[in-house]
Amino acid sequence: MNKKTTLITLMLLLLFVIAPVWLMAQPIEMADTLRSEGKIYVVVAILVVIFAGLIGYLLLLDRKITRIEKKLPSKKD
Amino acid sequence: MKTWLKVLATLLLLYTIVAGFLFDVPRLNIVNETIRALYFHVPMWFGMVVLFLVSTVYSIQYLRSPSIEKDVYAVEFANTGLLLGLLGIVTGMIWANYTWGSPWHGDPKQNGAAISLLVYLAYFVLRGSVENEDQRARLSAVYNIFAFAAMIPLIFVIPRMTSSMHPGSGGNPGFNMYDLDSKMRMVFYPAVAGWILLGVWIASLRIRVRLIDEKIQNLENE
Repeated sequence: MNKKTTLITLMLLLLFVIAPVWLMAQPIEMADTLRSEGKIYVVVAILVVIFAGLIGYLLLLDRKITRIEKKLPSKKD
Repeated sequence: MKTWLKVLATLLLLYTIVAGFLFDVPRLNIVNETIRALYFHVPMWFGMVVLFLVSTVYSIQYLRSPSIEKDVYAVEFANTGLLLGLLGIVTGMIWANYTWGSPWHGDPKQNGAAISLLVYLAYFVLRGSVENEDQRARLSAVYNIFAFAAMIPLIFVIPRMTSSMHPGSGGNPGFNMYDLDSKMRMVFYPAVAGWILLGVWIASLRIRVRLIDEKIQNLENE
């Protein structure tokens, strides 16, 4: 094998074997620190509170409508 | 709506919020953590389609045997469906801004969704423009069936026939393709069920208010 073929082989190796592996090894950015120590639980807690508030509000509305429905005379009379 | 369904909706959505933020998700380039929006953005559209379908069924029933109640059911299910659709389009724009580069690309999926929301808005314009109650109910029932029939190709067929960046259409795989271990399904399906149930709950409240209103008007007329 002369120098030129060795060089081409090396370059091909780099292009088709090492480069893809190297690219795949690049870590994909995710909120890992946020999950371990970044207080993601605070966000979850806030969302749970907001959701609970909305559901509570919906329940109150539901009960209020039920009360008004009972005030109305039923269909018979 | 039965009480246990309301409880179920609450529990499913509570689970969605907690699991949706804390459970593992596939690591994807560009999308990164925004993949979690799948649990909140996509169920809006599922909910909208289900509510619109229920609305259409009541419209068909109205045309078979007219009654004020069926008209009220059709309107209020369409109303709540529209709310979910608007939330879906706004959340989609936020998501698109950070993954596609800008909020509005004129992507076939976005355009189709926008057109179908306009078609449904016209349903309420039509209702508002007819004075006679029976005429309003009948005309809008016919239009409502047309609106649903127009929505299906606009959202589900055309984006799949052309090229679209939206996952699940136009040569793009849906997220399920990456989700080989089905971890996301464990959150996604409960999320869809929960949001649909919440939509039905809100619609049922609106229906009851409307029916009370009808009753009071009848009492006043007597």
